This record gives sequence, C-alpha cells and structure tokens, in this order.
Amino acid sequence: MYRSHVLVCGGTGCTSSHSNEIIEKLESEIAAKGLQDEIKVIKTGCFGLCALGPIMIVYPEGCFYSEVKVEDVPEIVEEHLLKGRMVTRLLYEETVQEDTVKSLEQTKFYAKQKRIALRNCGVIDPENIDEYIAHDGYQALEKCLNQLTPDEVIKIVDDSGLRGRGGGGFRTGLKWSFAAKNAADQKYVVCNADEGDPGAFMDRSILEGDPHCIIEAMAICGYAIGATEGYVYVRAEYPIAVKRLQLAIDQAKEYGLLGKNIFDSGFDFDLHIRLGAGAFVCGEETALMTSIEGNRGEPRPRPPFPAVKGLFGKPTNNNNVETYANIPQIILNGAEWFASMGTEKSTGTKVFALGGKITNTGLVEVPMGTTLREVIEDIGGGIPNGKKFKAAQTGGPSGGCIPAHLMDTAIDFDNLTAIGCMMGSGGLIVMDEDNCMVDIAKFFLDFTVDESCGKCSPCRIGTKRMMEMLEKITEGKATLEDLDKLEELALYIKQNSLCGLGQTAPNPVLATLKFFRHEYEAHVVDKVCPAGVCKGLVRYYIDAEKCIGCGMCARACPADAIARTDYIAPGHKLASFAINPEKCVKCGACMDSCKKIQAIYKK
Amino acid sequence: MLKKISKIPFKGTPEQEAQLNALIEENKHDSSMLMHVMQQAQAIYGYLPFEVQVMIAEGMDIPLEKVYGVSTFYAQFSLSPKGKYNISVCLGTACYVKGAQSVLDEISKQLGIAAGECTEDGIFSLEASRCIGACGLAPVMNINDDVYGKLTPDQIAGILAKYKD
Repeated sequence: MYRSHVLVCGGTGCTSSHSNEIIEKLESEIAAKGLQDEIKVIKTGCFGLCALGPIMIVYPEGCFYSEVKVEDVPEIVEEHLLKGRMVTRLLYEETVQEDTVKSLEQTKFYAKQKRIALRNCGVIDPENIDEYIAHDGYQALEKCLNQLTPDEVIKIVDDSGLRGRGGGGFRTGLKWSFAAKNAADQKYVVCNADEGDPGAFMDRSILEGDPHCIIEAMAICGYAIGATEGYVYVRAEYPIAVKRLQLAIDQAKEYGLLGKNIFDSGFDFDLHIRLGAGAFVCGEETALMTSIEGNRGEPRPRPPFPAVKGLFGKPTNNNNVETYANIPQIILNGAEWFASMGTEKSTGTKVFALGGKITNTGLVEVPMGTTLREVIEDIGGGIPNGKKFKAAQTGGPSGGCIPAHLMDTAIDFDNLTAIGCMMGSGGLIVMDEDNCMVDIAKFFLDFTVDESCGKCSPCRIGTKRMMEMLEKITEGKATLEDLDKLEELALYIKQNSLCGLGQTAPNPVLATLKFFRHEYEAHVVDKVCPAGVCKGLVRYYIDAEKCIGCGMCARACPADAIARTDYIAPGHKLASFAINPEKCVKCGACMDSCKKIQAIYKK
Repeated sequence: MLKKISKIPFKGTPEQEAQLNALIEENKHDSSMLMHVMQQAQAIYGYLPFEVQVMIAEGMDIPLEKVYGVSTFYAQFSLSPKGKYNISVCLGTACYVKGAQSVLDEISKQLGIAAGECTEDGIFSLEASRCIGACGLAPVMNINDDVYGKLTPDQIAGILAKYKD
C-alpha cells in the first residue's frame, strides 16, 4: 500500500520543460529518504493546463504544484512527502485556500469542463495497461463482443448522435453503417491521427495520455463493420505518442485484447501504426489512405467513398482520434447518456486546444453549446497583459475566425457554420489587438500554398494567386478592386477544388474579409496596418522629447536614413535625431539599438 | 513544396549500407512499407541522398520515379544534409501569433543563413517546422533534441553561444 501518489505530467508540453528529469530526481530523492515503498511516482498524460507546466499533483491531498523545476524536487520530497507540509510557494495559486487546498474541479479552469474523451488523461499511467483496465478499460469491447450484435453496436453509436470530431461533423454511426453494409473479404478500420492543423494538439494528448481507449474503440469499430485489421496513421512529429501507442498495442496483444479470438468471441483484430511524414493534405481521408499504401499522399476523387473502396481498395471506416475516444464511454453508459450532453444536433463534448494570446494555454473539454466567452474568459482566464480580445481562430488553415461581437455564440457544429466559421478539429487560437487579421489570413494561406499537393489546379494555382494578392495588400500596393477579385477567386477555389484542403483553403481569407474588412481597407486605402504588424506598411518614428541624441540609431541604420535635427528637447544636451521615411528600409535595427532609451517606436 | 537538393558529394559508410540493406530485405515484400523504409533510411544517413533513393528503389523493386516522388512530396524527407545542430523553429499558429517569426528572423540574422540552409562549417542548419504541439510553451524551437520555449529574440544569442564550442 502506498500512502501517497505523485502524478507528474509526461505530455509533450511538460516533457519539453523537463518533466522527465523531474521524475528521475523525484525517484532518486525518494529512494534516498527510504520512502520508495510508501510513495509511488506515476508519469501520466496531459492534465490540460499546459501553461503552468511542468505539473505535479500529490495525492491524497490533491496538491497541484505548477511550474515545478528540478531544483524544487528535494524541497518537495523533504517538506511534503517526508514531513507532510505542503510547499505553498509552488502551489497553483487558485487552489490555495487558507491552510488547505481546493480540489482541482473547483478551479475556474476545470469547473466548467466535462472530460469524456480526456477522462483518463492525467489520471492513469498510459504505459500501464492495468491502470486502463482498472478504469473500466476494455469493458466496452467485452460488452460488444459478447452481448451485442454488430448492428446493435452501430445503433448505439448512431443514437448517441456522435459526429466526427476531425472537423467534418459527419454522423459516426451512419458512417459505420455504410462500411458495414458493403460485403468484402477484407475491410479496414483507420484512425486519423495526422493532426496537421497547427495549434491543435488534442489528438496527440489523447494518444499520449490514454492510448488504450483508441485501441479499444478501433476494435469495437472493427467488430461493428466486420473488419479484422486496423491502421493508425500518426504524425511523425509526435514521437511520444507513437512510442506509447506502440507500447499499448504490444501490451494489448500480450493480454489477448488484440489478436485472435478476443474474449473467446471468435473475433480477430490486429492493429498497425503508420507514420506520416509531414504533409498536411494527408489529414484528408482519401489522401491519408493513399499515403498508408506507400504513395505520395494525394487525395482521390469521391465517389467511390472509402466505405465502398478505401484502403487497398477495400471498404474502410476512417475516424479521428477524438471520435474514437468517445466510443467506449458511449457503449458503457448508453446512447441516451451521451445525447443528454451538448446541444440537440451536436451531442457530447468537444476538446479544444487553447493557444495564442490567452492566459491558460492548454487543453479543455467542454459540453457542446458552451459559449466562446465562457471558454476564453472563464476557463482560459482571459487575455494576458490587459490586451483586448480581437478574434478567435478555429479550424486552422481550413477554418475561420469568431470576432468579439459573436463571443456569445454557443459553440457547436451548426452554429459555427452558420456564422461562416467551422468547428475544425478543435484548435482555438486567441488573437488580441496586436495581431493583424490580414497577416493571419496570409499566414494560413502561405501554409496551404506550401501544403497544396498540386493535383488539382484550382488549389495549386488559385491559392498561389490569392497569396500574391495578399502580399500586394500587406505591402500597400493593392486597390479596392483587388479585394473584390480576391473574394471572387476565393469562392471559385472553394467550389472547384478536388478535396477538403482546397475547398476550405480560402476560408481564413473569406472569414477575415467578412468580419475584418475594415482592416483590409486600412491596408488598401490608408496604407496602414492598424496592428503594426505588416512590415511593408510600418513606419518608424523617433520621439524627439525622449531622444538623448547619442546617435546609436544613426550608426545602426544600414540605409543612412537617420540624421540629427536642430531640436534639443528640454533637459537634454544634444539635438535629437529623426528618420527620413523615404530612405527607411524598415529593418528595425534602429529600434533594437535604442532599447535602453526606447525613444524609437513604430506605427 | 520546394525542396533544396544538396550538391555535396554523397559519403556513406559500409556500416550504413549494411543497415540499409537489412532494412530493405526486411520490408521488400510489401510496397506499402516504402515510406517506413525511407524514414528509417533517413535516420541512418541523416538525410536522403539521391544515391540512397536509388538503392531503395532497386532493393524494393519500386520505380525510382516513385521513390523520388515520395521523397519530394513529404516535408519530413530532407534531400540535403543537416548541420551538427539542427535548429527547428515552430511556425505553428500558436507560436506565430506569439512572435515565432521574429525569433526565426533573429536566428537567421545571427547565423547568416535562411530557413532550409546550413552554415558553411556544417555546425548549424535552420528550418521552420510545422506545429510540434507544445503550444503551451509558444514560441518554441528545437535544437536537436533540446526544446526551448517561451522564446524572445533577445535570448537567441545566449542560446546559440552554448552550441558554438
């Protein structure tokens, strides 16, 4: 019996800030104090509050230590684990309550969350199958194989109202029924873990924190549609996720939970991992399958749909990681339980990766229908440094943005589509007044131009032309007519591209044009970038009152654009300098040289 | 995506070739393992020189045109050698909105190379990477396996100095 458990986050975020070293140090300090039989250290998946990493939780007290450093470990072991006194200075401020600690569920970050897909993340040791089993793991698979027919399984999934969490929002049960209907000698189950949307990391966290739930769900899907083999296609950029998933597959095989005759039911199921190699288009299901087959990951026209002719030409069901992560719980708790959460047409919960200009960067899971305001202000803790919220970007390079006046929109698939945005896979990047929306649109378009596979011309050529127009705008060389052309071309690409990548590539431009047309117009008509981001439009100024006349800036300037004026500011001995905008190349070297005095600013 | 193709002559050791041959032998019955073989080959050589692609094509009995097609399609495959220290700056959205571009610009300025290039002495190479998922630490960069988070341009000189020995 252990008297205390120490959980340390082993997700990518915390690992990057040295949580592995913290665990090693903990273990050696605990051993040095002879406490190894009393205290157990467990490396878990992501707790979600990545902004405060590395995170450590000590049970039974439930002490939430944040931003722990390796140097802090001896103190934690000596004070807390040996003497039973919490190390107050490391506690997450919000959990401190006089002389005791509040449970995490009561903090603002966790209070409004409802964790289903993430229920085991940060709770169990993902590298130990027994911990998953102890949390009802593989019970849903057993229930399906021995108590339900494949049709009954599909009916439960369909009745739950679960929709594809990868962005499409297609009904999962319906999708399964298509693949089930097509008879074939071999069918496949595919899991899309090619989380290419920059700024989204929910799939990675699930694979890192609870890999067995994906294995279990894929086996359930295999049983439901009549497939005996599955593939998980994971990004190569996620080494920890790949390692834990492989370990989980090996353990499941050892326990007979994968392989032949699972639970004595006569059902066989085997699982393979395939690594992506950094191509965004491979997140599109037909391109993903082409890539698993060992080819350039180019999409294929649909129909035929994967349910008819998918991987290796066989009927295939393809779902996203988060979609699968909900399946075991739906089977165990029933369709009604799941449908009772969320909104009428978007049931259940959604995981969002909160990033950008927000205090609590991290992973949150909320019931569908939660408003953006609740997510950003309550859970996310608002915008840091007293800045003003400008917009939230959802759906990455395929998505749109939600401006401040629509913050009370209840987030679900249909509401977001209705305002010209999309759910996407769940990346939610917050932007404040310092971000230029034209620049953001350009950023995403640059991404899609680079990632377009080149197979169809609307996407290959069209996005490039759009990019050129945006460059013109950000350099102050565009006219109002260009804005109309940009919009027209965007709509054309949307309608005529072959796959989801091209069909959604113009979305960031269209959404920003819709909600922030005034920013585009400022670039085009007034030739200014209101946020001061677009280099071509920025002007540098020297504040004559602050300038001490040292001349550092003039020496740093590569273009000889800075010269001394006649003006001596009150209290100064030397005349101030000024920048000649005609000569200025906007490199910013002068501003760097004036860090001490800070007399140079840009606008 | 445009790939930089190296003009540096290929230098492979017999040990590397033996490893590659064993890898090909293990997977040659299954053409869908091509990407896996190429990923492993890149791990052996550090990049995918043209000569290695020829060996893979011949060993697996797959047209060279297809191997080359795959190697130029995916961002992960590098046709140029990397520096002793490969710096990869994340340009995912979360990092970008928090100023990753200015971090990349600063490194580029200090090393005198653009993203996708390697310094002449072969010590540093620089690349802009896709989202690595450490958005809580934005902006982030990797130097080989070391991760640096919450970066600002003025930290760069100090970090690079650690690697200039």
